[in-house]
Amino acid sequence: MDLNILWFILVTVLFIGFFFLEGFDYGVGILLPFLGKNDTERRVVINTIGPVWDGNEVWLITAGGASFAAFPNWYATLFSGFYLALFLILLGLIVRGVAFEFRSSDRNPAWRNLWDWMIFGGSFVSALLWGVAVTNLLQGVPIDANMQYVGTFFDLLSPYTLAGGLTTLLVFTLHGALFLTLKTEGEMEERARAIAGKTGALAIPVVLLLAILTYTRTDLFSKTGAAVVFLASAAFLVLAWLLLRAGKNGWAFIANSLTIVLFTVSMFWALFPRLMVSSLSPEWSLTIYNASSSPYTLKVMTVVALTMVPIVLLYQAWTYWVFRHRVTAKELHY
Amino acid sequence: MTELLLARWQFGITSVYHFLFVPLTLGLSVLVAIMHTIYVRTGNETYKKMTKFWGKLFLINFAMGVVTGIVQEFHFGMNWSEYSRFVGDIFGAPLAIEALLAFFLESTFLGIWIFGWDKLPKKLHALSIWMVAVGSNLSALWILIANSFMQQPVGYAIRNGRAEMTDFFALITNPHVFYQFPHTVLGGYVTAAFFVIGISAYHLLRKNHPDFFRRSFKIGLVFGLVSIILVTAVGHFQAQYLVKAQPMKMAAAEAHWETADPAAFAVVAAVDEKNQTNTFEIAIPRMLSFLSYNSFSGEVKGLKDLQAEAEAKYGPGNYIPPVTSVFWSFRIMVAAGAWLVLMAFVSLYLWKSGQLEAKPLALKALFWSIPVPYIANSTGWYLAEVGRQPWMVYGLQKVESAVSPSVSTGEILTTLIGFTLVYGILAVLDLYLLVKFIKQGPEETPVSIDLGTSGKEVSLWT
Repeated sequence: MDLNILWFILVTVLFIGFFFLEGFDYGVGILLPFLGKNDTERRVVINTIGPVWDGNEVWLITAGGASFAAFPNWYATLFSGFYLALFLILLGLIVRGVAFEFRSSDRNPAWRNLWDWMIFGGSFVSALLWGVAVTNLLQGVPIDANMQYVGTFFDLLSPYTLAGGLTTLLVFTLHGALFLTLKTEGEMEERARAIAGKTGALAIPVVLLLAILTYTRTDLFSKTGAAVVFLASAAFLVLAWLLLRAGKNGWAFIANSLTIVLFTVSMFWALFPRLMVSSLSPEWSLTIYNASSSPYTLKVMTVVALTMVPIVLLYQAWTYWVFRHRVTAKELHY
Repeated sequence: MTELLLARWQFGITSVYHFLFVPLTLGLSVLVAIMHTIYVRTGNETYKKMTKFWGKLFLINFAMGVVTGIVQEFHFGMNWSEYSRFVGDIFGAPLAIEALLAFFLESTFLGIWIFGWDKLPKKLHALSIWMVAVGSNLSALWILIANSFMQQPVGYAIRNGRAEMTDFFALITNPHVFYQFPHTVLGGYVTAAFFVIGISAYHLLRKNHPDFFRRSFKIGLVFGLVSIILVTAVGHFQAQYLVKAQPMKMAAAEAHWETADPAAFAVVAAVDEKNQTNTFEIAIPRMLSFLSYNSFSGEVKGLKDLQAEAEAKYGPGNYIPPVTSVFWSFRIMVAAGAWLVLMAFVSLYLWKSGQLEAKPLALKALFWSIPVPYIANSTGWYLAEVGRQPWMVYGLQKVESAVSPSVSTGEILTTLIGFTLVYGILAVLDLYLLVKFIKQGPEETPVSIDLGTSGKEVSLWT
């Protein structure tokens, strides 16, 4: 296997890690104003992700850094092309990041309420736009022979990509709700369960719509592997919902996690060996070969990644172990 | 052309803004880790309070550093796509390594540290803030390895119209890093030290929690003294190095137009960039030669000759950076540094002779010195980055060919206004919170949680 393929897989893994981990952070953020009926409750909700959200976000930074290092032309075309969409995501991340720190720094209820809505807004916009972005990679955007994006912001919005956005929005929200059923107890757990059920019921038809549009708008289903994984991803969503209804919250969380993981896998699988499809000409698509770094750089980065990623996984897993207990109002410190 | 100008403004604003928060993070993480360690070793509750008080200020600042840093990373692809294509083979690597090696460490252990009180064994808990400090400082190393490549490209070959990495080891042992990294990081330590000293002085002046702030002051002072001496020394050697490595930058920093041996040092000058001369200057004879080579003779090339050399090498064009602003930014940085050296030694004397708290003027001066390192940091970066103009990558790519062709003026303007607006609002809120917690002092627990589930938010505060 050449290093270009290895790096394609590594970048995919980083995005899987990001969507899986940050997915429930977004979900918890989106549900925050609705599940927390008073300040203490909102603290409980925030504290479920408090110790980990920042580390989770680094998956994105690393995915960005890795795409820069391994596929600089992809990084350049993607970020200059999806310019305003990325700007909105960045604003979301900025507002949300400071909100976690700022909200607890003043006791004025209006202040706290404001930042809670900022957490909501930042999470909502990001969760939506990631779906729009990923589906655009596959659907194809106007890229010319010089790897330059020649469209506008509105070229990124189509029924298919909006369905993609709604999918990530709902699936991440469900992910957050299921996460909360595992990290809280009593009334909060019940509320999270109830909202997870509703979100799941909404997500299933949206994913069905996405599947149809994926079939008509992209070439995903022309690849058997990607198609199977995609359908499995949708099936796990239904399964998650059924498991939730059967009262098996933990299993539901795992099933929905698989939805996210498999969805990401299917998208990248369908892309492979392309990184970004050109809607103007198939020859102008960015691939893991024409967008990549030199073999030397890929080799250096491979050594670095293969030593560092396992270590990172170890200490991040340890964090989850340290904070494995459910969060209750009685032990709020921070 | 407008795109270029706007993109440059955006880069300037986001970078300077980001670097308002980074230095304090670099230094305060170490100081809080020291305080936490003393607490764990002595069991003295004052140091626990100290860890929490300074830790809270650290966290507010840290959050701002993180969120502005995200923009910093994506920014290269957004506004400088041709730069990213040209050097991605080299530049992307340290950025990715920074995330893998430093950001994960920093943010994961910060979460552990914030929420780990009473959950972790004490020593392990103290270790987590050290991990944060190590992570922050490592991130500085990797981003400066990246920046050093822009200042002094090494370990590369031009192939297929782009710079490709040929020697990773050369990249990370770039001699430029050996000056830039310690100078930047020590600048951060000075920033944090004077932050702690200044705030302690503020409270000592008001006789609030004297024991607490005396101890804080002492830690800040020791840390600050060592750092300010080292940063000044490194800065001197760095300038000497730059005379060789980036002569154009240093000639601009000295507004040194004509090659001379021995060369005089202009303390102040009225620079006339159009006619390439200084209409007025106060100069010390032979001093520039001395500063450059530790010897009172020695040829220091002037801007005009360097321009001619650059034209011969790279073709026609203007290779002289904006002299006036670079000249003054250098002087402001040095003056700020000198002021801090003075304040550090005055504090040491007053502290040692036990007069500190009897000298309100000194305490006030120390408080008002808090912004001075920030001025030095910003002007220092201005010198480093603007002094590199017109180059994006020294000698390899000009700024004008680095900008994204696919991004329109309207788009850059939108994000420029958007980021600036959000940054402006956040700066005000950040300052409000810092001032609030600084004034409040250590007595109150930084964040008080009202237990009980009364359900009515109004009842949670009075």
